[in-house]
Amino acid sequence: MSRSLWRQASSEAKLLLIGIPVAIWTLLPIYHLVLFALSPRGQAVTGKLWPDHPTLDNFAVVFHQEHHYLLHFWKQLWNSVLIAVAAGAITLCIATAAAFAISRLRVRGGRTIMNLALFTYFIPAAFLAVPMYKTMGNYGLLNSQWALILAMVTIATPYAIWVLKQASDKLPLELDEAARIDGATPLQLFRLVYLPLMLPSMVAVGTYALLLAWNEYLYAFLLLSDDRSTTLGVALGSFLSADDSPWELLMATGLLYALPPAAIYYAFKRYMVSGLTAGAVKS
Amino acid sequence: MSSTLALDSAAKPGRQSAPAGPTRPRLSPWQAWGIVLIAPYVLVFAVFVLYPVAYGLWLARHPASYVHLFDDPVFVRTVVNTLVFLIIGINLKMLVALFLSGFFVRTRWWIRWLSVLFILPWAVPSIPTILSLRFMLNPEWGVINTTIFRLTGADGPNWLNNPQLALGLAILVHIWKSLPFWTLILVAGRLAIPGEMYEAASVDGATTWQKFRFITWPSLQTLYLTSSILSMIWTLGDFNSVYLLTGGGPADQTHVLATLGLRYLRLDLVDLSMATVVCALPFVLPLVYFMMKRLSR
Repeated sequence: MSRSLWRQASSEAKLLLIGIPVAIWTLLPIYHLVLFALSPRGQAVTGKLWPDHPTLDNFAVVFHQEHHYLLHFWKQLWNSVLIAVAAGAITLCIATAAAFAISRLRVRGGRTIMNLALFTYFIPAAFLAVPMYKTMGNYGLLNSQWALILAMVTIATPYAIWVLKQASDKLPLELDEAARIDGATPLQLFRLVYLPLMLPSMVAVGTYALLLAWNEYLYAFLLLSDDRSTTLGVALGSFLSADDSPWELLMATGLLYALPPAAIYYAFKRYMVSGLTAGAVKS
Repeated sequence: MSSTLALDSAAKPGRQSAPAGPTRPRLSPWQAWGIVLIAPYVLVFAVFVLYPVAYGLWLARHPASYVHLFDDPVFVRTVVNTLVFLIIGINLKMLVALFLSGFFVRTRWWIRWLSVLFILPWAVPSIPTILSLRFMLNPEWGVINTTIFRLTGADGPNWLNNPQLALGLAILVHIWKSLPFWTLILVAGRLAIPGEMYEAASVDGATTWQKFRFITWPSLQTLYLTSSILSMIWTLGDFNSVYLLTGGGPADQTHVLATLGLRYLRLDLVDLSMATVVCALPFVLPLVYFMMKRLSR
């Protein structure tokens, strides 16, 4: 009895020996971020685990745009929201339609298009950044938020189509058959049968595209150089241009920037995890 | 225009026979709608993938660009860095993920909670967290060096000013960010293994290692290999971990292929920037081919 208890305790201790370092490794940079955001100016670097006088003053400075790095905080936050929502919505429309055409309507050449899309998905986006930048210049879209929205749509759609096609292939063919026998048009099939059944996957895909656009740094920074048109992410990066950067303010802004995607991720985790797992690796 | 063609061919007599089999619909409105619905993506592909790629290749058409590129010591250094990043980064990350996936499949209430926190690095955007790490590493005020000073009285290293250390730290940042994702994937792989196999092995007196060697690993190895290949592709494109931490410095010694293009763009050498991508293609394309084979099975 006591022996099995002892064994149980030792196995628990072994697990803790893994769990504690994992927790520290995972949380340290995030804890550091929060600590800075809550510390009064110049007091974050005393090496204390928690500030003596935690304060929300940094957030007040950010909200009132009282620092020259933060002159356009609200505008940039709005830009980030706008670009992420637009990219998510457009990706969702294009990908849902394409997946329906490939999977349910079996459009001719659909397989080839799917393969081309997958190919695009697997080419690292960083490699396409410079040609995309030059192209947007040729199209006269540089510094327009459409450039970033369209670039994000381009990057997000291939994976979106693939996930939706996988989900759509799983729907029973009898549904289409029945609808056709009843004289449904393709659009009715799309609206009344396909869309309702695909909703969970569409949530996953829309969230994926939205987060991708919100989190993007490289493309945002290349395509939008004006302080007023750029996103909050790029604004954060620009804090690095000086040595005397106000770290507390940067961390407070960074925390505000990190919260929405984290909240969305956890809210839609159920959809995200299954979608991502299916998408990343099919074994 | 192509839609009318589809209509014509489908309207041939004899083709209109009653509801066509659902696997290959030949009725015209279905094909026509298919073309209409897929057109937006084809347009996006043509305008924002095909044209940029063609234009990029055209910019990189001169052999002189490649001579110039190979003469640039930064390029050679970058290739070495990228290889180090891939070989060390991915193997280390995947091995740790394999190990931790074994930890996270344990059923304990606190492990469930930990797994929720563990995903944070993946769920949170990388810009603020990498900047936070960058500040932790600041030689004068960073929390790491102030701690070293308090404990030992000695100055800590100037982390990001040493090319080897800086690259190593960029690799660690990359691992910090992507480890949760791969652990999660391998957890899913482990959960798909029937529990009875382990029970049977326990009855037969198998050790933990034997269970791993003869049950877990054979079931996971395909997933592990696919994950490593996909991770390799994604790591090749990881711009943030390097750029936000080191900016490619000190003295352009920590660039990887993903950040080098931007350096050449800044130097107004767009042809070199494109030539870099062209040089990377022979390494990327086989990986892409492998993944596409995998996914279109």
